[in-house]
Formats: sequence, C-alpha cells, structure tokens
Amino acid sequence: MPVAAVLILAAGTFAIRFAGPLLRDRVTLPEKVNELMTASATVLLLALVAVSALTNGKQFGGWALAIGVLVGGLAAWRKLPFVAVIVLAAATTAGLRLLGVA
Amino acid sequence: MRSIWRTLDAVLLRDVAAVALGAAVTGASFGAISVGSGLPWWLPVLMSVAIFAGGSQFMAVGIVAAGGSPAAAVVAGLVLNARHLPFGLAIGDVLGKSPLARVVGSHLLIDESTAFAMAQKDPARARAAYWACGVALFFSWNTGVLVGALAGQALGDPSTFGLDAAFPAAMLALTLPALKDAATRKAALVGAVIALATTPFLPAGVPVLLALAGLFVFKTKKEEPCPSPQS
Repeated sequence: MPVAAVLILAAGTFAIRFAGPLLRDRVTLPEKVNELMTASATVLLLALVAVSALTNGKQFGGWALAIGVLVGGLAAWRKLPFVAVIVLAAATTAGLRLLGVA
Repeated sequence: MRSIWRTLDAVLLRDVAAVALGAAVTGASFGAISVGSGLPWWLPVLMSVAIFAGGSQFMAVGIVAAGGSPAAAVVAGLVLNARHLPFGLAIGDVLGKSPLARVVGSHLLIDESTAFAMAQKDPARARAAYWACGVALFFSWNTGVLVGALAGQALGDPSTFGLDAAFPAAMLALTLPALKDAATRKAALVGAVIALATTPFLPAGVPVLLALAGLFVFKTKKEEPCPSPQS
C-alpha cells in the first residue's frame, strides 16, 4: 500500500463527502426532492445493515452474525437502551461462536 | 461550539460513547491486521486519519495483501465510499454554515454520524449528535488504530468479540425511528433486498448503492391541508 495510493483514496473520499453538503447549498431543492434525499439516506443505511448483518461481502455471513444482529434489532425495537443493543448483539454473536456456531 | 455541548444530554453522550468504544476496538484490529500484512506501523495510522472510512481501509489493505494492485485498492475504496455523497445531500445542513465547519464536518461524514443525525427529531439535536459522534469516533478510531498497529498481532480477530455484529446492530437501532414512516420503510426494505440479492455478483459497495433503486417505490407525501401533529 504505497503512500500515494493512500493519499489518492483520502482525497477522493473527501471530495465525495464534501460534494453532498456543497451541492445541497448551491441548489434549492423542492420539498419533494428533500423528502427523497432523506429517504435515500435511510435506504442506504438499511441496505448497509442488511449486507453487513447477513453477508461477509460475498456470501451468507453465518448464523452467529445474523442471530446476533437480530437480537440487537429486537432489543432496539423493544426500546432497550442503545448500549444494551450493542452489547447484546456482540455478546450473542461472540457466545454463539464460542459454542461452535459458524 | 458551546451551543452544541449544551444541546447534548447524558443519554446521547452515552450512546455515542458506546459506538466510539466499538470503533476503538475495531480500529485496533485494523491496525494489527495492517501491520500483520507487512505494512509499517505509521501507514494504517495515516490511512485512518486521512481516509477515516473503516470499510474502505480494511478493503484497501486486504486487496493489496492479497496481491492486488494499489490502483484496484483505490478504486474499490472509492466505490465503497460513494454512499457518502447521498448522505451529504441528505444531512448536509447539520454541518453548519462556516467554511471551516463545512470542511471539518465533511471529513466527519461517516455512516455512524449520519445515522445519529438522522435519528434526532429537531435540527439542533441532529447537529449536536452529528458533531459529537463524528469527533468522538475520529479520536477513538484513530487511537484504536495506533494502539493496534503498535501492539501488533497480540489483539487477535475482532470477530471473536462479536464486533462484526455490533456495527450493523447499532446502525439498525439508529435507523428504526426513520423506518416508522411507511413509505420510507417500503423503499428501504425493497432496497435491502436488492442489495442482498446482488451482493454475491458485484464488487463490495455497489450493492448498497443499487439499493437506491428502492426509491422507485417511494411516494412523497401528498399535499396535506393541515400539517399532521407529529411533524
């Protein structure tokens, strides 16, 4: 991993991040488009949750991971504190792996 | 800045601290894995400060460690980070107006800070949550990476601690309030199915972007004669 590659990836990532707020400022979007933008962030976040909960980037990520995230999701749905959601998810997955569940 | 700290309450700070702690441990594993793959200790640290996007950092190091070219690592990292553009479009106004806030705030635009901002009801809290999460994670992530890079392989695999489940669970908890809206929920579920179905066939990052096709089923609210009490 040469330093030049790190710097190019860093600059490109910053440009991507900077472009959103900048574009938002330059053009006044109609209310409907604003609604669509807000929805799109939620769509992306849930897709990220689904992919990182159920896959390893290529195929099924294993039951330990999926069940751990499910337990965390149920905890969040039952309005448990956020910290409990994280701890329950990680502990469930770690525990299942300890028991030999893939 | 002072108004931001005044808006923060103990619960929000505790939630941010929990995510920051997870990021520190994941960062430590990134540092350890990078050094283990033959990089000098300062390179993962430079990556974490300058790129500050964990997924793309893991992927770039992984590609190069597997014999891929640095160019391939850069392209893959940029594709994975492309989702930050719509994130910025959605929540860009929480950064603040000054040029410095824009530049620094943009660098802190990550999945977690976006999700924390989206989960708040009023704009002042969204702004406070965004900055608290961004700053806390910047420090915890980078400290973790530095410790991991120096401690080397002693830390072991983060999946032993179930940390790979902590990230999606945290994001899910933060996304749940937005999913109460039926139209958003429908679009997000369609998007998640698209992302899952395409994951085996496409490079990482692309399936998540394809999830945006879920917006085709999204219907914006009809012009209402009077605003609903919740909004």
